[in-house]
Amino acid sequence: MEFLLYFGDVFTPLNFGLLLLGTIGGLILGATPGLSPTMAVALLIPFTFQLQAAQGLILLGAAYTSTVAGGAVSAILLKIPGAPANIATTLDGHTMAQKGEGAKALQISFLASAVGGVFGVLLLIFLTPVLAQWALAFGPSHLFWLAILGVTVIGSLDSKSVVKGLLSGCIGLWLATIGFDDIMGAQRFIFHPALGGGINIIAALIGLFAIPQVITMFAKGRKGDGAEVLTVQKHPISGAFRELFRNKRALGIGTAIGSIIGLIPGVGGQIAGLVAYDQSKKFSPEREKFGTGHPEGVIAAESANNAMVGPSLVPLLTLSIPGSPTAAVLLGGLLIHGIFPGTDLFDNHPDVAWTFINSMLIGQILMCIFGLYVAGLAARVAQVPQSVMAAVVLGLAVFGSYSVQSSMGDVYVMAGLGVMMYFLERFGFSAAPLVLGLILGPIAEANFIQGSMIANATDGLGPYFLGGTLNIFLISVVIASILYSAYMELRTRRYTSKEEILG
Amino acid sequence: MTTLPRFQHMIGSGIVAAVGVWVTYISYTATPSEAFLFPRLIATVFVVLALWTFAKACLGWTKVGNGITPTQVKNLAPGLIVALVYIFWAAKGLGFYTATAIAFFILLSLYDPAPHGQLRSWLKRLAITAVFMAVMYGLFAKLLTVYTPREIFF
Repeated sequence: MEFLLYFGDVFTPLNFGLLLLGTIGGLILGATPGLSPTMAVALLIPFTFQLQAAQGLILLGAAYTSTVAGGAVSAILLKIPGAPANIATTLDGHTMAQKGEGAKALQISFLASAVGGVFGVLLLIFLTPVLAQWALAFGPSHLFWLAILGVTVIGSLDSKSVVKGLLSGCIGLWLATIGFDDIMGAQRFIFHPALGGGINIIAALIGLFAIPQVITMFAKGRKGDGAEVLTVQKHPISGAFRELFRNKRALGIGTAIGSIIGLIPGVGGQIAGLVAYDQSKKFSPEREKFGTGHPEGVIAAESANNAMVGPSLVPLLTLSIPGSPTAAVLLGGLLIHGIFPGTDLFDNHPDVAWTFINSMLIGQILMCIFGLYVAGLAARVAQVPQSVMAAVVLGLAVFGSYSVQSSMGDVYVMAGLGVMMYFLERFGFSAAPLVLGLILGPIAEANFIQGSMIANATDGLGPYFLGGTLNIFLISVVIASILYSAYMELRTRRYTSKEEILG
Repeated sequence: MTTLPRFQHMIGSGIVAAVGVWVTYISYTATPSEAFLFPRLIATVFVVLALWTFAKACLGWTKVGNGITPTQVKNLAPGLIVALVYIFWAAKGLGFYTATAIAFFILLSLYDPAPHGQLRSWLKRLAITAVFMAVMYGLFAKLLTVYTPREIFF
């Protein structure tokens, strides 16, 4: 119950102000199609430099939580999911809005998000300290395999092609080695002076997530979105509470599935929402109503995509392994303040860790309260033309990456990586494993070198890195995740081929 | 499932494979070799996966990635050129705020669906640019006190 000791810290004027700012801003950003939670958090990082670690994390955490929930606004009112996590919400949410139940859909969506989100953060609160203590038993070889696991799991599960996902992870791991070697001081792959100090993580994150989106908006040309905001009639909030209680089965399924999926690195909110929607439909006696504007569909999808937010931070805060691209961006936010997740975070900076986690708990409730009021405004913001969004994001990306170290080199790195990522994505590569490789590369290398030194002084490299129960377990998970994804890819392809044959 | 011609896949995966071969060559030949121990490990996996992907592209077995259509190239080219000139030359040469204002206005003019023949739409673009620049100046110059290159202008 250590978290209770730091509960009051959330309510200092500055901390609470940042929480409000992150929540309201996140709701509006989340409703904007094309601004994913990861990109929103990456663009916010430069604004946390002058804040203390806990304050910066409060802002980023609140933005993460509320962008996921805010995405439901455009999903319901415009039929454009604000983020991939809100795709399942569109199925019933927009139909409800078309039937004149837009306000009801928004209300149950935010209430379900809050219930799922609170449960997810409670899981984070109770699981994290236990796992952080367990992480004390990890030596360099285990941490090396954990870092590799982080890259391979996301590389294989988050990509349409296992090979291209793993290749993206390798590109990220290679990019992480650019610069001066920590031990020998040797230059590695410095083919431009801007890369002398290595690749700055924050500039890279901004480039990899923001620039491809900007170019995608350019690629759409001058045409408008053509999305019309549906009008919202008033609906009593008490009715939404009753609706939520009536559909407690969907709420339970969504919350449970979202929490479990959140704990698995690499499986994002999109999967959580869709799986929860599908399972709620299977267990519902009114399954034929799904897709026709049925509240159960909205409740299941929204409770799931917000329930996964808290658990997705468990691997990050305990083992330094970001479970999702957004968690990877949050890790960047921690590292710029010189704080390393894991036991260091809970032993040496408990105030930072618990204030951040507690703020996420309060943030879920604020998100629910403000979501209902901000929804109308957010839907209007979601109609901002893509041309304005592209130019705004480009400007923020340039200023944000420059402000990291006041270096034009970082701006060039941001732009170079962003343009490269746009073209890689067009060829089926994925940004998430590349980012994970870039972030986990230094962790993997440091532990590999340290482990090699220990191994040379003891049993040799093979037994040290490949022996022992924990090493074998981690290697097995790495192999299993790759084999499972390859099997799923082949199976999907086989079914597609059959459909194609049948015409 | 991809709708992309084999040739585009070959170019994309060919570039990645070339980078993989270069990284592997450097990792195995550069000195001191101890500094390249970890890069060698990565490069070996990198080059194997990259060559595999390239071989699949050459054989027409690639299943994911839709490439870029000529229409998309035509649409994105002006914006990309403006963005690259802005980032790699104008931001440093003209000063951050001047360059950002010019780039922002050009991008709005290029991609805004509002008609180009109306004075009202141009005034709206100018107003949006002015508001954006005021917000950026407030955020970065005043709030974060970031000293950006001012150079010949501002």
